[in-house]
Amino acid sequence: MTEPKQSSSSVPGPYKWEMAIDLDRCTGCEACVVACHAENNIRISGEQEAAEGRAINWIRIERYWEGEYPDVTVKFMPVLCQQCGDAPCEPVCPVYASYHTPDGLNAQVYNRCIGVRYCGNNCPYTVRQFNWFDPHWDPPLQEQLNPDVTVRQNGIMEKCTFCVQRIREKKELAEKEGRRVRDGEIAPACVQSCPTSALVFGDRNDPDSQVSKLARQDRGFHLLESLGTHPAITYLKRIT
Amino acid sequence: MEQEKRRWEQIPKINQDLLAPLLTTHWTYFLLVGVLVCLVAAGAGAWTYQVQTGIGQTNMHPPIFWAVYIASFIFWVGASHSGTFISGVLRLSKAEWRRPVTRIAELMTFISLMIATLFVFYHLGRVWRWYYLIPYPNQRELWPNFRSPLMWDAIAVFTYATASTIYLYLPLIPDFALLRERIDGWRRPLYRVLSFGWTGTQNQWHVLETALRIITPLIVMVMVSVHSIVGWDFGVSLVPAWHSTIFAPYFVVGAVHSGVGLVAIGLYVLRKIYHLESYITPEHFDKIGKLLVVTTLVLAYLYFAELLTIWYANIPDHMWVVDALLSGPFAVPFWFMATCIYIIPLATLTSPAFRRWPLGVMIVGVLINIGMYIERVLILVPPLSYPRLPFNWGSYFPSWVEMTIIVGSLALAVLLYALAVKVVPVISIWEEKEGLVHGAHHGK
Repeated sequence: MTEPKQSSSSVPGPYKWEMAIDLDRCTGCEACVVACHAENNIRISGEQEAAEGRAINWIRIERYWEGEYPDVTVKFMPVLCQQCGDAPCEPVCPVYASYHTPDGLNAQVYNRCIGVRYCGNNCPYTVRQFNWFDPHWDPPLQEQLNPDVTVRQNGIMEKCTFCVQRIREKKELAEKEGRRVRDGEIAPACVQSCPTSALVFGDRNDPDSQVSKLARQDRGFHLLESLGTHPAITYLKRIT
Repeated sequence: MEQEKRRWEQIPKINQDLLAPLLTTHWTYFLLVGVLVCLVAAGAGAWTYQVQTGIGQTNMHPPIFWAVYIASFIFWVGASHSGTFISGVLRLSKAEWRRPVTRIAELMTFISLMIATLFVFYHLGRVWRWYYLIPYPNQRELWPNFRSPLMWDAIAVFTYATASTIYLYLPLIPDFALLRERIDGWRRPLYRVLSFGWTGTQNQWHVLETALRIITPLIVMVMVSVHSIVGWDFGVSLVPAWHSTIFAPYFVVGAVHSGVGLVAIGLYVLRKIYHLESYITPEHFDKIGKLLVVTTLVLAYLYFAELLTIWYANIPDHMWVVDALLSGPFAVPFWFMATCIYIIPLATLTSPAFRRWPLGVMIVGVLINIGMYIERVLILVPPLSYPRLPFNWGSYFPSWVEMTIIVGSLALAVLLYALAVKVVPVISIWEEKEGLVHGAHHGK
């Protein structure tokens, strides 16, 4: 793993938003999934759509079973957009709806997307989600829509943004106060709601941030690392 | 001398025979057009419904983001290779037998490219924003992304459509001039415009020949590049069993395979309906049959090379797909496809007697096209069904909306062809006459 170039938190420079996911701590409770839905105005899919494989989740808990019944163990793996450094979804978009921000995020520009869906095919993590129909919220759920996040119409690709609206808010605040964003100041909805703190978010350009410390651990690995996508998410191997 | 005189006497007969489809119309023609219009209307209705309610009317879902619309796009672009291959390559090699075949094939190219373009629009999630694909100056200084294979594709198909329209049109000019003189009524002003002031002077013939000599090699190159780029839509991706260097040549050969099969169908049908037996002879079916044997062997070779390398390397991501094809959930369509596009053509068309049987060659052409359509779907769906994280594996079968749109588009292709037959002579009249004169000069 390459070390980030910026070494001091007082040095002005770009942020590099990353996440660490401790698989040892994940209990598969899916609180992150619910929080993500609430924060990001993700459409509610009914039973039928879920059965058709069209339920939209920006973060999902993948379950992998080991052993033969009745001696089975289940392993949970939260999977969300890996915010790759070399993202396969970006070059294939014909209209630049999928692009790389200076902070190293893979952004999706909703009003630019025309729905060719190549990005969805080319994402090896299958984290890109598509709006097959216009969104719909059963009352009173429409009352809790987040005013900071766009509601997406049908025909548009979407995915995890690392809660970019929260990142923006804190970055602007820090800028106003003439400082860098403090470690732990920003928490995406999934990180905020994880009861076991399995998910940790922060600036990887700050070597003292919690995420940098965790990501440097020997347990760290990247999902499908051999593909060379350079994900911004470091998983920490299960040892128990 | 006597023989040569007889040849010249044939010219009025050529005019008469080849203008007949434009002048007389049987009642069954109107019936056919009526049925086709109904099917096209059903397809248009299904598309309207899909646009209005959402692309979810298809059965696509993650991880299968592309399915039969893209498969149909590849199929129709492939079908368009009929004209360029048959006509372009044969014109280049000065094959005399091409004369009655070229126009039939070029019309197919022109029409199938239009149908292929339609499938791009069916596929778009927000088709009402399709113009984002065009590089037009705008306030926000946004441009399309030329790194995207889909942009290469858009450019390639546009180039190909333009070039093949010119290629269809150029050899039509002398025929339009002939029609201008021979046909009255609503079509005459049309022919007057389309014949472009052609009077048949020596100079005009010279210019036409030069133009054809320039565009023919160019269009063959464009043909190869277009389906290579369609192949690279898949080849350059990360998807297991798509990411392969063989895709570009494989797509080109596959396209020619289905395109030549389509020409066999067209030749048979037009010959039967318009009694062109003295122009389209068993000789032509024999040549088409030989071409199909060549494309079958080349395609089978490429397919084998692809499967062998995946199977031997035994990389799990890729093997999931190959297993699913050879013995898994996709085995039935896979082996049916292999029978249609490899086994049956080889078993039948290698026999010289079979190749001289027009109906037989036509049936093989139909089977090849059914097989090649399935093959396009199998290129798309199985690799997408087995993404690298097995938690997300999926399956797919088209919905009624998708099927209606596909059938409606096929009907539109046939309808456009049926309408074209009433405006354009299906066999190039001047080239047929030229062949006669050539024959005379060569003393054949």
